[in-house]
Amino acid sequence: MTVKDVVEALNLKVYSGTAGLNKEVTGGYTSDLLSDVMGNAPAGAIWITLQTHVNVMAVATLKDISAVILVKGLEPEANTVVQSNNEEIPILGTNLQAFEISGMLYNLIHSK
Amino acid sequence: MIVKADLHIHSVLSPCADLEMSPVNIVTRAAQMGLALIAVTDHNCTLHGPLTRSLAARQGIYCLFGAEVNTREEIHCLCLVDTEEQRLALQDYIEQNITRIPNKPEVFGYQVQVNEQEEIVQEIDYLLHAALKRSIDEVAGFVHGIGGVFIPAHVDRPKYSVTSQLGFVPPSLQYDALEISKNSLVEQFRKSNPIKPNTQFIRNSDSHFIHQVGSTYTEYDLENLSFKCFKEALLGQGHSSVLPVV
Repeated sequence: MTVKDVVEALNLKVYSGTAGLNKEVTGGYTSDLLSDVMGNAPAGAIWITLQTHVNVMAVATLKDISAVILVKGLEPEANTVVQSNNEEIPILGTNLQAFEISGMLYNLIHSK
Repeated sequence: MIVKADLHIHSVLSPCADLEMSPVNIVTRAAQMGLALIAVTDHNCTLHGPLTRSLAARQGIYCLFGAEVNTREEIHCLCLVDTEEQRLALQDYIEQNITRIPNKPEVFGYQVQVNEQEEIVQEIDYLLHAALKRSIDEVAGFVHGIGGVFIPAHVDRPKYSVTSQLGFVPPSLQYDALEISKNSLVEQFRKSNPIKPNTQFIRNSDSHFIHQVGSTYTEYDLENLSFKCFKEALLGQGHSSVLPVV
């Protein structure tokens, strides 16, 4: 499954990093502590968070995250968008909160 | 002049601080510990600044105004200022931007402002530990805009720190110094964080109980006991400096 497939299935907004929409998605990770994500997120995961800071992209790059989903309608900061485009890691958005979108992503990945 | 400073002290306004932490007791303890420069930095609150400053002045201690602001990312940052005008601007910014959650004193603790006679003059009804709706970069920008000093607190700790919330110190963050706890060495911290080589580190007690005041401190060589010289010491300007923090 690609990031693009997830965008379409979960009706997500695409803020940036469109060059990375064909990345393969192999799992998910939900956390708002970047120190935790650095230590524990699996490569290929879609990362679900409310953090919008530019450090999100540094951590996503470090962990080979396939895409980031911002919850509750939150929008990325300007320099976060720049890094997303540079690193070709899409930033996606939903108005749902983390529990709901995590459940939907889990079902989507595990139904395939 | 060599000055011992503890710039991270909580008073009874902070829900998590001990009820003994009145301005009177804090100043008395600061004098016993030989501190010459202090700051009462309650969670998202500057209201004990003026009383503490006037009490401290009688002991020859200078008290800066400020607060430990909790940013949107839930990062604790020391925001220090000097004048009453700056303090009011900071207080207003906090009140305009804090997420309003009613305090439950029996759960979180009491948030009371007291006078010199240690009588309660005000109880804050919203939770001061809540986060502002402003990012760390926005708070830093605001504090610098009013001429204040911005210092991310206990950067090495696993809770409410820039490293716990954002993974590492963002290279673009505009700070005047970093506060490191007594549990870590500066050299170790530098190894895991890509920070500017000229970054100034300081240590404070983060006191919540009276015996902690001045237990951890930083020494400064100040041209005179003022906010201006303190700021110059942090920034490596003028004739003031921070004594080595390892």
